[in-house]
Amino acid sequence: MAATTAPPAPARAEPGAAPQEAEDRGTSRLLLVLGVVAVWILVWAFTKGQDTLTLSGRERTPVMDDLGAFRDSVLASRDSNPLIQLTYGVGEAFVAAIDWLQRMVSIPDFPRPVPQIGWLGVTAVATFVGYAIANWRIALLVLASFLSFGAFGYWSEAMDLLLVTFVAVGLSVVIGMPLAVLIAYRRRAETVFTNLLDLMQTMPTFVYLLPIVLFFGIGASTAVVCTLIYALPPLIRIAGHGIKSVSASTLEATDSAGQTFWQRLTKVQLPMARKTIVVGVNQTTMAALSMATIASFVDGPGLGKPVLSALVKSDVGGAVVPGLLIVLMAVMLDRATTAASERGELVARGHGPDPRVHRVVLGAGLVLAAVAVYVSRLYPWAAEFPGTPLRDTAASWSDATVAWFTDTFGGVAGGLADAVSYGLLNPMQALLAESPWWLAGSALVAISAVAGGVRAAVAALVCLGGLRFLGLWHDSMITLTMTLVATLMVMVLALVLGVWMARRSSVDLVLRPLLDMGQTIPPFVYLIPVLALFGPTRFTAIVAGVIYAAPAAIKLVADGVKGVSQGTLEASRSTGATTWQEITKVQLPMAKGSLVLAANQGLLYVLAMAVIGGMVGAGALGYDVVLGFSRSEEWGKGAAAGLSIVLLGIMLDRVMRAAAHHTH
Amino acid sequence: MLNQLTKARWAVVAACSALALTACGGGTIEQQTEENAAAAAEAGGECGELNMAVNPWVGYEANAYVVGTVAERELGCTVNYKDLKEDVSWQGFGTGEVDVVIEDWGHPDLEKKFFEGTGDGSATDFGPTGNVGIIGWYVPPWLAAEHPDILDYKNLNKYAEEFATSESGGLGQFLGADPSYVQFDEAIVSNLGLDFKVVFSGSEAASIQAFQKAEENKEFLIGYFYEPQWLFAELPLEKVSLPPYEAGCQDDPAKVACDYPETELKKIVSTEWAESGSPSVDLVKNFSWTNEDQNLVAKYISQEGMSPADAAARWVEENPDKVEAWLG
Repeated sequence: MAATTAPPAPARAEPGAAPQEAEDRGTSRLLLVLGVVAVWILVWAFTKGQDTLTLSGRERTPVMDDLGAFRDSVLASRDSNPLIQLTYGVGEAFVAAIDWLQRMVSIPDFPRPVPQIGWLGVTAVATFVGYAIANWRIALLVLASFLSFGAFGYWSEAMDLLLVTFVAVGLSVVIGMPLAVLIAYRRRAETVFTNLLDLMQTMPTFVYLLPIVLFFGIGASTAVVCTLIYALPPLIRIAGHGIKSVSASTLEATDSAGQTFWQRLTKVQLPMARKTIVVGVNQTTMAALSMATIASFVDGPGLGKPVLSALVKSDVGGAVVPGLLIVLMAVMLDRATTAASERGELVARGHGPDPRVHRVVLGAGLVLAAVAVYVSRLYPWAAEFPGTPLRDTAASWSDATVAWFTDTFGGVAGGLADAVSYGLLNPMQALLAESPWWLAGSALVAISAVAGGVRAAVAALVCLGGLRFLGLWHDSMITLTMTLVATLMVMVLALVLGVWMARRSSVDLVLRPLLDMGQTIPPFVYLIPVLALFGPTRFTAIVAGVIYAAPAAIKLVADGVKGVSQGTLEASRSTGATTWQEITKVQLPMAKGSLVLAANQGLLYVLAMAVIGGMVGAGALGYDVVLGFSRSEEWGKGAAAGLSIVLLGIMLDRVMRAAAHHTH
Repeated sequence: MLNQLTKARWAVVAACSALALTACGGGTIEQQTEENAAAAAEAGGECGELNMAVNPWVGYEANAYVVGTVAERELGCTVNYKDLKEDVSWQGFGTGEVDVVIEDWGHPDLEKKFFEGTGDGSATDFGPTGNVGIIGWYVPPWLAAEHPDILDYKNLNKYAEEFATSESGGLGQFLGADPSYVQFDEAIVSNLGLDFKVVFSGSEAASIQAFQKAEENKEFLIGYFYEPQWLFAELPLEKVSLPPYEAGCQDDPAKVACDYPETELKKIVSTEWAESGSPSVDLVKNFSWTNEDQNLVAKYISQEGMSPADAAARWVEENPDKVEAWLG
């Protein structure tokens, strides 16, 4: 859900009379919400434990059985269903194409003992491409990354992941760009698509992984299709937003020259939206990489495989190394695409490098790369990356670090987990999940109405009705509790670290790479250490959610606070405001748009980790999804849980948007 | 400056090309390619390919790679190991993507869908692996040593408070397992009148971490676990006795009040492959070993950090007589 939409420009209203009025309205609404909660608690005291719609571990409702039966009927029809025949054919073609690419660069092309092109050739070509599309700094980054893939002993897995990512991102562009144009031109298409894209981004992959296998077969084909489902939405949304944002006056000016639709699109809109489109491609690439470990559950090739196989052995070090290589790949692709788009602009403005020199270096690089490819086809040392002890050293070093960390902080961590669990989680969960469903439901609708008006109330009513229908009400309320508590922690972190980063550029410099890492490292890498600290509890799930969600929120807050104009700050300083006053009275209120967006994104990212939470003892909807993924007879329950997660996400998103809109 | 750089690059290019040209004939890659091609032509491809599903637990890996290694070495098969969850593996029988599931813990729903008679007949039961799954309620060794009476379910209520956690709502916590396993613990707890609440760990990794942490910090913990499992080499969990299993006592999931039965682990294969006449069919059919055998290979993988292929190769070399028996 707008998980990656470009942030709207923060409101730049100067402080004055209007905010004062808004503040009063805000206070009265807060009082109203508290009133609703007070009534809720009062009724709860007399009715708790009734009609909570609790289902035990393997209990199912007729709706779930219907979902399961539908899946079974599709499965039973696989030999005669023309759609499956068709998609299966497509899947086989995919597998063949990726297998061919693998034999080129990552696996032995029998009877050759090695791939057609060895590491030296691939590295040289990649470095050359880095220079050609961006600059020499990117070329160096690419070179260092590729050497790391080899030196740490995961050359072939890294190449596989790159292949799958490139194929998925390439297809995303082919499928996504026309759709982006469509939603930019047709308002109605946009409304329809928003909900569909929300569904694609919030539906847990575990729900559709097995059905996709049914349609596309085991291995690379399913990996690509699953990646597409998850990675396509950011591109459509962001590129659509970019095309739509091309200013009307520009279009009018060029229209007056009598251009056709096609000319207008290709000569004006797409070039002018280019930077936003690159952001979209960039986000799509990151989303694609985050599917790496999930795809390895169905034999999808790539760096996710060693991560997963280390997890089943509780081998922390064995998971950390490939996990960090995924981070490295993400950073490399992120920086390269960004630099490439910036370079395009520089060149367009005539600020690029001297074209003659550039051409010469390009030519030389090309020859060098060609020679490297040639050599790597002939000699074993250039074909197969020489073995190094780095992998084992890094693994045992990570093991030792993690062991030290968990030993040192185990006690503190346990205390923290208990404090949050007993102090916040349990009381909130008692109210939300132990209330009769009609009580919790009406209270939530009432709160939405107070916070966001009619639109929010309607959204809440529809989504809660859906939850009731799907039959996992009790689990949904527990997941909602955890999501809210985790989002609260995310926002505390975002405010503290975001403001700090905005005020000190040295802090920004140190934290940013760590935030990038938190966003791109597969959760399976840090599950074991987090479990070692907190045990299988809801708090562990919350920590996993915070690790994943906080970086995005922190960055949004930092960028928002940084965007507050220097002039305003100086004005407030001249009146003798303390640092604390400056932050709370000027910077934060003026960055409000970014804070709202940070909370919204934080919430949805936390919810996206619900399934991981189910794997570390948090139970609720996440567990139900994993159950449906693991036992074929429970698929219907898993699907219902997945849909419930989608509904929770849409409800929270819509209510928050309406509430933010309401305050302006 | 830039010109110099360019010159330097050209020098490198020249050097590289010279190197490449002079050593052209004797490339070992070329030699090996020829050798591989010749070897393939000689083998005649009687076995062909064997698609081995690899489900995500170490014991399974041990079975899969030992059988795969023998198939490769003795029968000249090309073994494709495919990392898959159970459901996907069974789905793959019908499409030819999977030939063998080498350790099955019982999937009544999948059997109904894919066995002859009730389903489409794409899967066939190929008999026991010789491994016996012992499912039950386990506690960490320190707890069994300190409070031996805890190993009888009748005494569990006495300690219920000690087992309470932030997750268990005031009752004792019983740690349920990875949802891949059939579990009746909620019913057993309530039907035996135990003051416990089942909290699901949600994954094998989470259960293992919990037991390791409980042993290290001397915490009370009871949960669902099973043998054979590599963890026992490091942490010999103790089994709590429940009312013994009798035939039929688990038929109605809501009324279960007895222990889990010993589970005979089975081999499930693709029907089409089983009828293909490949020499690997007899190997898989004959394959049978003990829990000790599997535990040893699992230990090589999980404790000694060997790759599954290396661990299997080591065991195969150490146990020629057992391997011989499978080849018939």
